[in-house]
Amino acid sequence: MAPTNVNDPHHYHKVVDCQYACPAHTNVPGYLRLIAQGRYTDSYLMNRASNVFPGILGRTCDRPCEPACRRGRVDGKPVAICRLKRVAADLRDDITDQLPTAPAVKNGKRVALVGAGPSALTVANDLLPLGYDVTIYEKNAQPGGLMRVNIPSFRLPAKVLDDECGYIINMGATMKYGTEVSSMKALLAEGYDAVYVGSGAPKGKELDIEGRWDESAKPNIHIGIEWLANVHFEHVEKIGKRVVIIGVGNTAMDCCRTAKRVGATDVKVIARRSRKYFKASPWELEDAEEEQVAILENHAPKRFVIENGKLVGMEFEQLAWSEEGGKQVSKVAGTVIIPCDDVILAIGQDNAFPWIERDLGLEFDQWEMPVVDKVTHQSTRADVFFGGDAAWGPQNIIWAVEHGHQAAISIHNHCSAAPVTERLEYGMNLVSAKLGMQSWSYHNDFNPSPRQKMTHEELVKRFSSVNVEVELGYTPEQTALEVQRCLNCDVETHFTDKLCIECDACVDVCPVSCLTIAVVGDEADLRTRLSAPAANMTQDIFVSGALPQTKRVMVKDEDICLHCGLCAERCPTAAWDMRKFDLLVPYAGATLESIVSTHIASAGAAR
Amino acid sequence: MTSIQKPQVRHPGLPKNTLGYTKRDYEGAMSTLCAGCGHDSVTAALIQAFWELDLPPNRAAKMSGIGCSSKTTAYFMKQSHGFNSVHGRMPSVTSGASAANRGLTYIGISGDGDSLSIGMGQLCHAIRRNVRMLYVIENNGVYGLTKGQFSASADIGSTSKKGEANVQPPIDPALLALSLGATFVARSFSGDKTQLVPILKAGLMHDGFALIDVISPCVSFNDHEGSTKSYRFTREHEVEMTEVDFVPIRHEITTADSDAAVTAVQMHDGTVMRFRKTDEGYDPNDREKAYAHVRACQMAGEVATGLLFIQRGGADMHAVARTVERPLVELPYSELCPGKSALDTLMDSYR
Ligand SMILES: Cc1cc2nc3c(=O)[nH]c(=O)nc-3n(C[C@H](O)[C@H](O)[C@H](O)COP(=O)(O)OP(=O)(O)OC[C@H]3O[C@@H](n4cnc5c(N)ncnc54)[C@H](O)[C@@H]3O)c2cc1C
Ligand SMILES: Cc1ncc(C[n+]2csc(CCOP(=O)(O)OP(=O)(O)O)c2C)c(N)n1
Ligand code: SF4
Ligand code: SF4
Ligand code: SF4
Ligand SMILES: [Mg+2]
Repeated sequence: MAPTNVNDPHHYHKVVDCQYACPAHTNVPGYLRLIAQGRYTDSYLMNRASNVFPGILGRTCDRPCEPACRRGRVDGKPVAICRLKRVAADLRDDITDQLPTAPAVKNGKRVALVGAGPSALTVANDLLPLGYDVTIYEKNAQPGGLMRVNIPSFRLPAKVLDDECGYIINMGATMKYGTEVSSMKALLAEGYDAVYVGSGAPKGKELDIEGRWDESAKPNIHIGIEWLANVHFEHVEKIGKRVVIIGVGNTAMDCCRTAKRVGATDVKVIARRSRKYFKASPWELEDAEEEQVAILENHAPKRFVIENGKLVGMEFEQLAWSEEGGKQVSKVAGTVIIPCDDVILAIGQDNAFPWIERDLGLEFDQWEMPVVDKVTHQSTRADVFFGGDAAWGPQNIIWAVEHGHQAAISIHNHCSAAPVTERLEYGMNLVSAKLGMQSWSYHNDFNPSPRQKMTHEELVKRFSSVNVEVELGYTPEQTALEVQRCLNCDVETHFTDKLCIECDACVDVCPVSCLTIAVVGDEADLRTRLSAPAANMTQDIFVSGALPQTKRVMVKDEDICLHCGLCAERCPTAAWDMRKFDLLVPYAGATLESIVSTHIASAGAAR
Repeated sequence: MTSIQKPQVRHPGLPKNTLGYTKRDYEGAMSTLCAGCGHDSVTAALIQAFWELDLPPNRAAKMSGIGCSSKTTAYFMKQSHGFNSVHGRMPSVTSGASAANRGLTYIGISGDGDSLSIGMGQLCHAIRRNVRMLYVIENNGVYGLTKGQFSASADIGSTSKKGEANVQPPIDPALLALSLGATFVARSFSGDKTQLVPILKAGLMHDGFALIDVISPCVSFNDHEGSTKSYRFTREHEVEMTEVDFVPIRHEITTADSDAAVTAVQMHDGTVMRFRKTDEGYDPNDREKAYAHVRACQMAGEVATGLLFIQRGGADMHAVARTVERPLVELPYSELCPGKSALDTLMDSYR
């Protein structure tokens, strides 16, 4: 196995599991340390640099970082990264004077954005400071997209949305609210230099089974995302006592919990498969069950039951699943009728682009989806870009943000007559964290505290209104403990092979048996000869060059390193050092020099 | 000193021995020795050996004198008995402890200063009495704790950190033990656990006094160019006489001993130690030849390592003194102290 190239940012970036898993590569350990120091504003700004909406995401993010968190592999529960983000947002000071600003003199380029969801707002956030004239067309009267009209306010208060959308819009975007774009041709005719389509995936999926189109039942059968929007706009204020929700994704979770707040008492969520295949996040399922929502597995909808001109229930096939040739197959074990007053369909969303003419040089594929480049977000028409749910179907807010960042880079290139494929690579800074003998610029001790539990509003209060926020946030004591659970994975173990005298001190001291000095071999072979079994093949192993005395190599399984720094403390020659890693992420308008300098500032701040 | 204690979390896949312990259950306090000290690697090798042998920590006694090396006993098996004696007195204290309680496994850890200067006489008599114990000398050629003076194991010409050469001839503990009739003599290197761990295991299972001289570099005072006890010098001048493979009783021997160079030695409890002569003509069962060979290596500036000599079935201190079979603590009071009439009878027998 060849020595690991640690000059390529990829190796150390991958060690920072949370940051690596985050679509926007938020510097998680960096902002957690700032929270630990009580520097909430700095922490907020560090978040905002990459994820743009820390207050919103601190409440609603899908948190791909948490399942990835190394702490989960160490004691079973990841750091509550998302909840701590909210702490930074809730406790920040007024930051208006620290936000990016648009220059007084514009660059003369005009860009139109369709939709004011998180992806388009991110594009605006990145382009306005560069002097672009940005116009946002939004069908609704307020910005935020699905975050506004679909995510219920008991999870995301309107004030949080207003603030964070405002930070962007107040840089000087021209907002055209209540303006649905009905023709791309007409929009392009206005002579914009580029158009960004961030219109989302607005169509809820249908369930075309017996009884669906029965006139008398129709008023009691709702499409999930439309129904949630209607509750938001106060077009709907109540629902029947007994409600059945079809589907068990995130929309279903919001539907069932909202139903509980507008009059339903008996709410059942119905899933085709067993729990381990549910799309909803485990924490959303827990929250729903805490609110006494019943979740039924292995039921497939058969028909709507209508009696005397009224919806009275739904019939389901009860499925028994088994494995056949590595595939899950189902058998019908029986049928059952579940009585109900209303049914909400929450089985997915589709894209729809009836407003884009098909003769504009903008290709669509066989599924009526635009052909969009995965990296540049450019369509087959050079001046039109797609991102967020509009590009490749429904995802989530943090992906929408990352799409916005990437599309902004392309739009800027396009408007500057540079190829959209000309993109800066990630860079890195790596600075020793050593302050003196056995003294580091970070808190290296391992805190054995368990993950802190979020406190929730009491049930009676919750159900009194759709607007009562359920999660109350962490107390200062909980925050102090939870930030200490972070293992500081960005303080990397850095090895200099020519200094090693092979005394074994590091190998012997490592509490989690990460290190091995071994005769070199290929990766598969080396993995069998480690100090402790390499359980997790998705984590890389580091291999040094030949050591001076025996020509063996130093091997480190990155899987569960605690970043405790003991290897570096016990090394007599400083062959191991702890180094603070900073990923340098390029945004629109960045030059190599500019990404380096902004991140040196943030590296300093993290001390 | 490290800035923190070693966190208690461990690798989830760490294997357990038959007692249900992982290696980490055999650890002691956090080491306060210099970073990179050979003695810490010896500690790690001891922990590995105890774990592999399923040694119950509460049935062991850790004995030591004074020196950095003697501090080692604090860093493993925190649950065990122990005695940290005055400088050089560990062999006698262990002899006494063993006389009283022969049921424990005695692990003596000493240094070249502790054993070859102030404690030399004590060591010689423990060998001579054949006290059943593992006796590890963590040999670095200096008095580490008192800042690096040459010890009695320093070679002629080996230089101090400031460049001064040693002029006195060395005492080689392996040759000393061979000449005094020790029944188990080995030498190893802290920087080579594949060799050290099986030797420690064999020594622990030996039915008499087992001396292991472990070259264990002092990074602070004797790991420089010019030292003959440095990591580099030891690696470059080591010649391995035998390669040891220790097979505990419960493990089936799978590799066939078709190799003529492999010798199997049955230990007292049925475990098997196998060694392979890596040096043509070396015979670890022949005391005179072993002595001559190790001495020749010494003269040639080589460090002979491996199992140097073994003799099974020697009479240990208890056998020679025909002491009672059971540890004194297990004897009922009436037997331990049979009373005045028994004493009178004994006294009469001497008249
Ligand atoms: C019920 C529900 C709950 C969800 N919960 C979460 C969650 O907790 N966490 C999470 O990360 N994600 C969640 N999501 C997903 C998330 O909301 C979306 O992935 C995200 O909002 C997509 O952002 P976007 O910018 O692509 O589009 P959208 O947010 O969909 O915004 C598109 C905007 O474009 C406007 N628009 C559309 N067409 C036109 C047009 N022709 N002219 C003018 N304006 C137009 C729309 O009015 C809308 O404001 C949830 C989704 C749903 C349905
Ligand atoms: C009776 C007595 N004399 C002298 C000393 C001083 N002293 C302490 S440690 C030591 C030598 C230790 O050398 P060694 O056994 O080789 O241990 P090392 O530190 O090298 O591991 C001496 C002479 C003492 N503590 N007690
Ligand atoms: S920092 Fe070093 S000692 Fe600590 S867990 Fe990681 S590799 Fe082991
Ligand atoms: S502690 Fe340092 S010198 Fe010793 S083996 Fe580890 S890296 Fe090499
Ligand atoms: S002085 Fe030498 S022997 Fe003592 S702890 Fe330091 S390195 Fe080890
Ligand atoms: Mg010494």
